[in-house]
Amino acid sequence: MCGIVGLFLKDPALEPRLGALLADMLVTMTDRGPDSAGLAIYGPPTPGRSKITVQSAQALADFPALEQRLAEASGGSARVAVKSSHAVITVASDRLDATRDALKGLSPDLRVMGAGESVEIYKEVGLPRDVVARFGIARMSGTHGIGHTRMATESAVTTMGAHPFSTGADQCLVHNGSLSNHNNLRRSLARDGMAFETQNDSEVAAAYLTTAMARGRDLGAALAGALEDLDGFFTFVVGTKSGFGVLRDPIACKPAIMAETERYVAFGSEYRALVGLPGIETARIWEPEPATVYFWDQRQAA
Amino acid sequence: MPVFDLAATPLRALNQALHGVAAGANDTAFEVLNPRGQHAVAVGIDGPVSVTVRGSVGYYCAGMNDGGTVTVQGSAGPGVAENMMSGTVVIEGDASQYAGATGRGGLLVIKGNAASRCGISMKGIDIVVHGSIGHMSAFMGQSGSLVVLGDAGEALGDSLYEAKLFVRGSVKSLGADCIEKPMRPEHRAYLAALLDRAGVTDVRPEAFRRYGSARQLYSFNIDNAY
Repeated sequence: MCGIVGLFLKDPALEPRLGALLADMLVTMTDRGPDSAGLAIYGPPTPGRSKITVQSAQALADFPALEQRLAEASGGSARVAVKSSHAVITVASDRLDATRDALKGLSPDLRVMGAGESVEIYKEVGLPRDVVARFGIARMSGTHGIGHTRMATESAVTTMGAHPFSTGADQCLVHNGSLSNHNNLRRSLARDGMAFETQNDSEVAAAYLTTAMARGRDLGAALAGALEDLDGFFTFVVGTKSGFGVLRDPIACKPAIMAETERYVAFGSEYRALVGLPGIETARIWEPEPATVYFWDQRQAA
Repeated sequence: MPVFDLAATPLRALNQALHGVAAGANDTAFEVLNPRGQHAVAVGIDGPVSVTVRGSVGYYCAGMNDGGTVTVQGSAGPGVAENMMSGTVVIEGDASQYAGATGRGGLLVIKGNAASRCGISMKGIDIVVHGSIGHMSAFMGQSGSLVVLGDAGEALGDSLYEAKLFVRGSVKSLGADCIEKPMRPEHRAYLAALLDRAGVTDVRPEAFRRYGSARQLYSFNIDNAY
């Protein structure tokens, strides 16, 4: 099954409530998949600064001295905010790649969840209720976010196997479904230079979109390409630095429902996920059509 | 009238109360508040009770209904009125995928739109959709009728057996072995009676086109063999 949610705000007055609204939506979807849960939250970028979210199974050993250990690579710019098993490292944007490279050698337990100017990604094995509580998601503000609660079908129940998958700066994807051509596609994307952390089919979909956008397509065009190149069942919800997209395969047997008001666009696997949103009673509510690309962009919505 | 507020009362209490109505009882009208998209609201009704649901429901509302009258004053999730045996289910909003799937009898009225696979494998149910329906509707329909006042999506009536399909608007494409058939007087009379049962008074049967099985797919034909 899997449950996915997404919320894209048009009204800045709602931004302080993004985390709380998204957390409630995800917790409501718990019984669609209790194996693991994760969220990506897009906050307002700080000029000149970028963020790397890392996770460690040995947080007590890895995180306390992280700023100092990254001092050289980050030119002294690294600041570390620890949240349970995750830490958000903020660095000068021109030191992002060097910091990321330095992280690889620091500890075998340290794993990068995602990086970019806006996105923070939190994911762990366990129920959405526990995941959103341990990372304080309900207190986070932001412009848009996506979430996933997983019923594992294609690969192991591990932190890295949880969604969202982020394979490019500020990009991430959650997936309900299963892809049948992910092994071939993974080999082809790997030849093009993509690195993979898991055997998960959804990571391949994320990498596919990252590759397409790296070649100059916008999110909408990348999603349109996915209809041609991905085989299997999928409902995707994807985030970019300023955008939010939804795509269902042509058979469209995985459930999806959307709501739009003047204040937000929301996605849920089921209507239940949307009932707590402000103004849902008068929202335009519809089921996204199969093989149809939907996407919104902050720059266009503003 | 018993009122079940699902914000305060477990769903199971509602469904048990519906199943517990004794034959010949008078107090058979139920009201349900705050469904908030919950699954399996008013399933397994097996008598002449009536249920009014004030809000939208999730999966499988009014499933297996046998003789009840269920009205949803909102929209319904996937599988509404699945495998209905008899009775009436009215959805005042939209319905999600596979509304009325495998239904063996009764009447399902959807006043909004229905998504994909409406009436899939229908086996005697009558379905009237005021709006439009999605792709693969009436797939493997065996008997009963699907009436659509709006448009139909791709592959309408794919692998159809004997269900009767009437569409007023456009049909994006017909599925395998589904063909348009002439509307003769008996079909117009049949459709008029069905529209009347569904409370549709402002649409004439002449506005519809009829579709059905070409009966080539499931009879032996050497061209169908691989």
